[in-house]
Amino acid sequence: MRRFVPALADRRLLPQGGTRLTPWLIGVLMFVAVLVGAAGLAIANAAAAVAQGAEQRWSIQLPGGARHASAAAAAARQAQGVADVRPVPDQQVRSLLQQWLGPEAASADLPVPALIDVELRPGANGVDLRRRVLAIAPDARVQSFPEQLGPMLRGLRTLQGLTLGLLVLMAAAIAAAVMLATRGAYDTHRSTVAVLHGIGATDEQLAALFQQRMGREALVGGSAGAIPALVLVLLLLAGLERGTNLAAAGGSPLHPGDLIILGALPFVTGLVALLVARVTVLRALRADP
Amino acid sequence: MRENRCREQGWVKVSVADAIVEFDSVGLRYGTGAEILKDLDFRLVRGGFTYLTGASGAGKTSLLKLLYLAQRPTRGRVRLFGEELSHAPRTAMPAFRRRIGVVFQDFRLIRHLSAFDNVALPLRIAGRAEHEIEGSVRELLDWVGLADRSAAHPPTLSGGEQQRVAIARAVVGHPELLVADEPTGNVDADMAKRLVHLFERLNELGTTVLVATHDLSLIAATRGAQLMRLEKGQLVDPTGMLRHPPSPARATG
Repeated sequence: MRRFVPALADRRLLPQGGTRLTPWLIGVLMFVAVLVGAAGLAIANAAAAVAQGAEQRWSIQLPGGARHASAAAAAARQAQGVADVRPVPDQQVRSLLQQWLGPEAASADLPVPALIDVELRPGANGVDLRRRVLAIAPDARVQSFPEQLGPMLRGLRTLQGLTLGLLVLMAAAIAAAVMLATRGAYDTHRSTVAVLHGIGATDEQLAALFQQRMGREALVGGSAGAIPALVLVLLLLAGLERGTNLAAAGGSPLHPGDLIILGALPFVTGLVALLVARVTVLRALRADP
Repeated sequence: MRENRCREQGWVKVSVADAIVEFDSVGLRYGTGAEILKDLDFRLVRGGFTYLTGASGAGKTSLLKLLYLAQRPTRGRVRLFGEELSHAPRTAMPAFRRRIGVVFQDFRLIRHLSAFDNVALPLRIAGRAEHEIEGSVRELLDWVGLADRSAAHPPTLSGGEQQRVAIARAVVGHPELLVADEPTGNVDADMAKRLVHLFERLNELGTTVLVATHDLSLIAATRGAQLMRLEKGQLVDPTGMLRHPPSPARATG
């Protein structure tokens, strides 16, 4: 559809379209949306990092301590699909426990289970490993990492779902704000619309006037909200990097691609606003003859 | 009603093919109210010049609304430019509206646009190039005596100036049908004469003109114009022969 007025004239045709509050409202919603989006992406990255390679990693716990450790390790090495078997030294297990139990964990009186880390080849399952280890140590616990990390992963995924739900709610709130603003602008300019309609403007031409304005307002408001939110996210990341060893913890919670996604949110909002305004005006125009 | 019709003095024949507007048993009511227009049957010959008169409340403006497609009839059939439009899809309407110039009684200028931009609107809607628009609009504003007021906004224009801007907007696209509702109501006698002359010139160029007015001097000044009169929503002279039968040149367009 051919545009019937240049961009400057568009603005002159609808000088007070929408409400002055709309860009601010969109800005506030976008500020929160970027923060929620950043949290959601960080959670998704953390869940992915935890789950990465976990399928192949298994753990054998022997409650009897080192009594069956060598035999169990030997049995594990003979199991089908096993790539590597690494008994965890007793000292390492005790130092891990010290974080929770304090210095008493180092006491030889404290019964500490023996741990063996096992890595399977890709595609292998742990059926033969479990069978062989349990034949030697029936009270052993043979578990894959996903089994052990299951509750944590479920928790992370629930949080991820919550952030996604919040983003959907905010998108709906932005769409509702744009719709109300468009209706307001349409009512304000009803007489102008009637004149343009009367002299031959098509519905698409009229809708274009409103959709351009609403798209522009949403882009401006969205950018005004997204930029400070992104700055805040970057500051938080910088603070986190200073306070912790991120490399040891699996790297930064957000990748560069995530920041690009967050930076694109105002443009997506502008497009959504454009579409919502178009549909709103076209529906309103249907009442005319 | 559709066969050729011999006019009053026997030497003008108007066929259906010559008609730019045809109303057959047209009725109009707003909502559930009484009928504003009843059983309207008439034709406007292509290239004709017609005045529509009637007392206030007779239904002139409602009839004009049907003509410039701002209303659909509640019954009967309206044909414009040879097309039945009573039940046409609304997406088809803009193309027909662009062939009609309208001078509204209340001008309906866009307050925040300059006189120039108001006049340019129909051309911009039609997608004409800006350099074409510039020339046409300047020429017309000059003709209606508003060349030096082209940048002025309607609230700063007098009633007469606004009316002239409205007329310029209605005719700038050289419409096939010009519908004017009391176009000279706010201008002095001299300007009224000039505006009627403008309508006549457009008419000579092939535009069919329908003017609703109370101004009898206007009617008397226009040679060869037909006259239709509305009374309580009905045409009292459906043949259009009340006065001034059309000249052969006008009737055959």
